[in-house]
Amino acid sequence: MSPTLASVLQVSALVAALALVHRPLGDHMARVYAGTKHSRAERWIYRAVGADPDAGMRWPAYLRTVLAFSLAGVLLLYALQRLQDRLPLSLGFAPLSPDQAFNTAASFTSNTNWQSYAGESAMSHLTQTGGLAVQNFVSAAVGMSVAVALIRGFARARTGELGNFWADLVRGTVRILLPVSAAAAVLLVAAGAVQNFSDVQSVTTVTGQTQHLTGGAVASQEAIKDLGTNGGGFYNANSSHPFENPDGSSNLLEVFLLLLIPFSLPRTFGTMVGSVRQGYAVVAAMAGIWFAGVVAVTLLEAAHPGTAAQLAGGAMEGKEQRFGESASSLFAVSTTMTSTGSVNSFHDSFSGLSGGVLLFGMMIGEIAPGGVGSGLYGMLVMAVVAVFLAGLMVGRTPEYLGKRLGPREMKLAACYLLVTPALVLSGTALAMGTGNGESAMTNTGPHGFSEVLYAYTSASNNNGSAFAGFGADTGFHNTALGLCMLLGRFLPMVFVLALAGSLARQRPAPASAGTLRTDKPLFTGVLVACVAVVAGLTFFPSLALGPLAEGLAA
Amino acid sequence: MNTSARTTARLLSSALRALLVLSVVTGVVYPLAVTGIAQAAFHDKANGSVIEHDGRAVGSKLIGQSWNLKGTDAPDPRWFQPRPSHSTYDPLTTGSSQLGASDPTLVKTVRETRKQVAAFNGVPPSAVPKDAVTGSASALDPHISPAYAEIQIARVAKARGLTESRVADLVNDHEEGRDLGFLGNARVNVLELNLALSRLPAN
Repeated sequence: MSPTLASVLQVSALVAALALVHRPLGDHMARVYAGTKHSRAERWIYRAVGADPDAGMRWPAYLRTVLAFSLAGVLLLYALQRLQDRLPLSLGFAPLSPDQAFNTAASFTSNTNWQSYAGESAMSHLTQTGGLAVQNFVSAAVGMSVAVALIRGFARARTGELGNFWADLVRGTVRILLPVSAAAAVLLVAAGAVQNFSDVQSVTTVTGQTQHLTGGAVASQEAIKDLGTNGGGFYNANSSHPFENPDGSSNLLEVFLLLLIPFSLPRTFGTMVGSVRQGYAVVAAMAGIWFAGVVAVTLLEAAHPGTAAQLAGGAMEGKEQRFGESASSLFAVSTTMTSTGSVNSFHDSFSGLSGGVLLFGMMIGEIAPGGVGSGLYGMLVMAVVAVFLAGLMVGRTPEYLGKRLGPREMKLAACYLLVTPALVLSGTALAMGTGNGESAMTNTGPHGFSEVLYAYTSASNNNGSAFAGFGADTGFHNTALGLCMLLGRFLPMVFVLALAGSLARQRPAPASAGTLRTDKPLFTGVLVACVAVVAGLTFFPSLALGPLAEGLAA
Repeated sequence: MNTSARTTARLLSSALRALLVLSVVTGVVYPLAVTGIAQAAFHDKANGSVIEHDGRAVGSKLIGQSWNLKGTDAPDPRWFQPRPSHSTYDPLTTGSSQLGASDPTLVKTVRETRKQVAAFNGVPPSAVPKDAVTGSASALDPHISPAYAEIQIARVAKARGLTESRVADLVNDHEEGRDLGFLGNARVNVLELNLALSRLPAN
């Protein structure tokens, strides 16, 4: 089979699987969040928490609970890392330094999963499984809760209440993330991923050398790492490690898991606001951008521009033989555009222009299709802006799903859009200006600058992948990137929940002949254009200094 | 203590309790349940697909190994050689070179590796495939391309005193196509090939 045909079949199989599953899953999620019944186990959890799952929360209460829960996550994770040598299953590893422990705690709680450590040589089994993997679940469930709160803001009228955070958190974890992860984890083991609690096993090879084989609860962590768009690998090599991702079929399963919830949530959105077509208009914009990225990177990697890649006869540096260029490109685009950040190949060694596409995928704000929950609320904020712009063109007060977008709503949307660009650009500028950027580079010239820009883009947008040549484990970068991750995650949530609160209070305005139809392909087009223009205007100068300069020189 | 401080304290304590309960569910019950199923249903795979040879474990099917002459970093001509690995296939340090596609160091490495591989196998430099001159992502890649296996046949046969056709047949037997016919890439598992080679009786 020709590489082109295999590549086309691979993407087609993925799209077909997503098309098949998004409907039942999207409807299931809508039922989960709209339901009023509690299972016995859930009731037991609410009693332990001391919360009433049926009490409605206004947006400030919802936000306070989100922040309190995430703060508890940061503190517990910090403590686990700092005390791991005194806790069980330590594997003999020393505690992490304060700045690295802060960075990792911020990273996993904010659903970023940026890693300035190497898992196999730094983290105990307890820290990995009882700390990091737990945040893989709950940080994802937090993102979904906030998205659902925004959907309720559109769906409800004349109430300030956005639902109950505890109920959303627990249901998202127990009824959505856990069952899908468990099934996926078993499939991954069937393909060859490891799942044990063994110590390092030493074997003597045929040539008489000693090799240390590592163990761990890898498959269970791999499943939720991808499903929850987290991305923090059990091993430093992440999903390129054969124990995390053993063959071509496990690779497709992992890409499927990355995209599964982000591409299904628009269906949930459509169902909950009473028109699935509204959801399809949003998902079409997400899918269009994602698909353009896949085509661009696949073609670029197949053409392998760059002196070294040309000399080698192909872009195989930093890629595994069992995946090859096309499965690596598909994974790379899917992981950067879903805010996941797991990698099955190393992005630092992609061609300059491919790196630019991956960067741009993050810079648009992780919305195509974005992280679990965060992708949907990001795209809905962008839809609010698109409706507003279209409204300005025809000179009438914009409305979206029957809700008027007045000055308060637009201010909140604008604040949301400003947070991550401000963090990315000022973080990169600070790192470069103080010399901390240059000292962390592996590469030189424009590609070195791309490493720094990529790091701050990835952290602020809660992606977590890296141009991994970037030496992130310094006091400066651990702290600065940790702050970028926390602010990039929780400040936007403040604006989203405030927006949800103000939408929920409104009485819906009846649609009239002048209302912009937001369930038509025309609106999808406006939305995509809006995304491209906002991100393009913000980031073009910085892209020109890094990937574009490198790509045009090659 | 005023009311707002008390409310905050109560909220934080709820948050901590929620986190602990969910930690038990997702950090203890979930991984143990998956481990239980995995160990019962896929015992060998869950423990790293370890391969035994002459009654003892010699490595994992999924993890590449170094096939250098003992105590040196020179490749042993009697074995099929894997892709370059900057960590010499040590699973305790995984990850790639991180060098960009136009990086001058990488250009130099590719050029030198191509020369070495060509000389070692007695083939023209243009016959050396891309996976032979580039490092993998994990630095543990257990596979090489069929093309890289093929240019090694003559050298291995000569070093072992075997006929080329017998070694070529062995390589053919170990070529794996794409998974399910269209996923990933065609490949040869170096450890499995070399173990089969060591079992091959002399001419």
